[in-house]
Amino acid sequence: MPNPLVTIIGKAAQAAARLRGGGSGGTAFPGLVVEKLDPNYAVGVLSNLPHGVVLISGTNGKTTTTKIVAELLEASGLRVFTNSTGSNFMRGVIASLLPRISLGGRLDADIAVLELDEAHAVRFVERLAPRYSLLLNVMRDQLDRFGEIDHTAELLAAVARRTTTAVVLNREDNRLARLAANVDGRIIARIVTYGLAAELKSHFPQDDDLYADEFETWDPEPLDAVVAGAGMGAGVGAGVGADAGAGMGVGASVGAGAGASANSAATQVPEPAVILQALTNNTATFRSGGAVFSTPLKLKGIYNVYNAAAALALVQTIVADEPNDASCGSTHSALPPGSTGDSPPDSLAALIAALANVESAFGRGETLTHNGCAVELLLVKNPGGFRLALESFDPTGYDTMIAINDEYADGRDMSWLFDVEFAALRAGGVTMVSGVRAWDMALRLHYDDVPFTKVDNDLAQALPRFLAASERPKRIYCTYTAMLAIRRQLGKELNVEQQ
Amino acid sequence: MSSSSHNPSAAPSLASAPNAAAAPNAASALNATTATSLPDAPRLRIVHLYPREMNIYGDHGNVEAVAQRCRWRGIEPEVIGYHIGAEFPAEADIILGGGGQDSGQGAVQADLPRIRDQLANLIASGAPTLVICGTYQLFGNYFKTIGGEMIAGLGIFDLHTVGGERRMIGNIVTESEEFGEIVGYENHSGITRLAAGWQPLGRVLQGDGNNGEDGGEGVRLHNAIGTYLHGPLLPKNPRITDFLISKAIERRYGLDAATATGLLPLSTLDDTLAEQARAIAKTRPR
Repeated sequence: MPNPLVTIIGKAAQAAARLRGGGSGGTAFPGLVVEKLDPNYAVGVLSNLPHGVVLISGTNGKTTTTKIVAELLEASGLRVFTNSTGSNFMRGVIASLLPRISLGGRLDADIAVLELDEAHAVRFVERLAPRYSLLLNVMRDQLDRFGEIDHTAELLAAVARRTTTAVVLNREDNRLARLAANVDGRIIARIVTYGLAAELKSHFPQDDDLYADEFETWDPEPLDAVVAGAGMGAGVGAGVGADAGAGMGVGASVGAGAGASANSAATQVPEPAVILQALTNNTATFRSGGAVFSTPLKLKGIYNVYNAAAALALVQTIVADEPNDASCGSTHSALPPGSTGDSPPDSLAALIAALANVESAFGRGETLTHNGCAVELLLVKNPGGFRLALESFDPTGYDTMIAINDEYADGRDMSWLFDVEFAALRAGGVTMVSGVRAWDMALRLHYDDVPFTKVDNDLAQALPRFLAASERPKRIYCTYTAMLAIRRQLGKELNVEQQ
Repeated sequence: MSSSSHNPSAAPSLASAPNAAAAPNAASALNATTATSLPDAPRLRIVHLYPREMNIYGDHGNVEAVAQRCRWRGIEPEVIGYHIGAEFPAEADIILGGGGQDSGQGAVQADLPRIRDQLANLIASGAPTLVICGTYQLFGNYFKTIGGEMIAGLGIFDLHTVGGERRMIGNIVTESEEFGEIVGYENHSGITRLAAGWQPLGRVLQGDGNNGEDGGEGVRLHNAIGTYLHGPLLPKNPRITDFLISKAIERRYGLDAATATGLLPLSTLDDTLAEQARAIAKTRPR
């Protein structure tokens, strides 16, 4: 049990921050105070939950997936605690805990669903083993903060090893598929996977595939020769690469030669519990345990819909494993083993019905309305996410704006913009380029032959101009701090609920 | 910083629009000339080293920058990826290599010695070459990891690198007599030292550079450049890009023929966007 004094101080700090009217700064501060007073505060509270902790991590899609999982679990009758603010550091978890905790230290929830970035996830699992974890993908993200993606994969492997009941993994991600094969046997929990139908895989390019086949190759070698070469090299150099981050200790187990060797591991990966089969006009078709079902979704973009497949795989597993005395409708088994019927079992049908009503998360494809005109916000944090977003949303009929900042939370290095191909925007062009690094973005568009109309690095000025430019619906791709600023600005005019 | 300072509705976007007017000049000049050995359309073969393994720091932008600045001048770029275990392309005009992550570098280290002689001969014969970060280190004599392991380099640049405790990371500005201010982003823990008499690419104005101590960044040899700068380097530093293209044209077609046909000096492109991006980058926190 946490020290009641810490809870009181935390609640007071939160009240003070609210009075001060702080936006995003207001949410971090009380968490920071509590973390300083009692580094084990969150762990102490969460370790008492009857159905434990579900941890969601990965490079892209954490916030959306966490939101879907929480809503599906609520629909199946559980009281869910989640750090839904999108602040996926420990202090964000604490800030979300404070309003829901009694002075006696009790949290009014049955289960916690936590979104944590890879580094915080590892620190968290060192202190509290999650009952379930869901690992979404490993992509390049803000290398100036986390280091290399092989290192990131190693962080997620550590999370998987600490999980006690079930680990849910994206089998389409090379590094996670390798983890799912569990060749070293270090994952003790049951391994569940989710995946994509073959026709959809081209929508999810991996960092490893980037440029690999783009150029004409001089006398290309057969693939097995490449694999042999990679294996040999990895034996010599893995973990001691010429520019290894100091103390990174990149493990060869997951990282080395991941691109090619993961394919050979794929044969040992468990069959997916849920497969996303198709997405047509926002109606998604999933396959699970022999049943195929379609549902219209409010979520937009194929990458968000794939996150819904991840959430379904996880929630099915939880509902099957966690007898829920308190719940009304849901029974123990969402997915009876051996179910092969054409229509999903009732409990699964209930999850699908709940899924149909889930709305996009804060800034992740959410649609706001401005003067009767739709404004879509798409958070882009890294090349993988930006590529997926461009792949998911057809620019036809929309005015497009891109806002790129380089604050700490965005990543300082602008190099990543050149790992995104913008050809999808070539036909319609970009109406407004903004953010602190607007000129870097404009330069990148220029080299990709994408026309743009205006560049204005003053976001406060660019946004209203963009919105006033036409009657057409608007779409804004934005980095994290640009998204917060845009949302704040729109909120001023629209009274959109602030986070 | 507001748009009023540069009137966004006007110039840069349109003037520098894709495939803008710059392209035809060189090409039409060429067509008018029949006396030289130049083909109808000049071509350059760009070899990208290990695109599969060394692809993750945006250095791909360097390939795009060279290719586009060729196209915009009527020079046809042929980009060839050199992959592990493959035969090295003949008649390479420009060689580009980027940074990668550890597992990629492990594989590349094992392959590089196979093509060492081709690379060394190309550089010795003046082939313009740009190698960045991990590839830059491997073109030196050796890399000694923080754990004490020795990794042999190609010995093309007389320099060596020792793994350090501190990550040298952030926006960086250097200065060179040849290229003026060079703007980029460094991200390395290797500490690189040049042998006596070897020239760095630039002197560090802001940032760490080769080792954070002697003020040097990168290395210069013939028409080859080694550097730690991502950003990516070439889109933001068009003077270096055009240096590589000019030297490649000169080496393939001869200075006299290229000059007679108007191919050299290279026609001027509108670099307003790069100038703006550079100006902002220099004001940003490390």
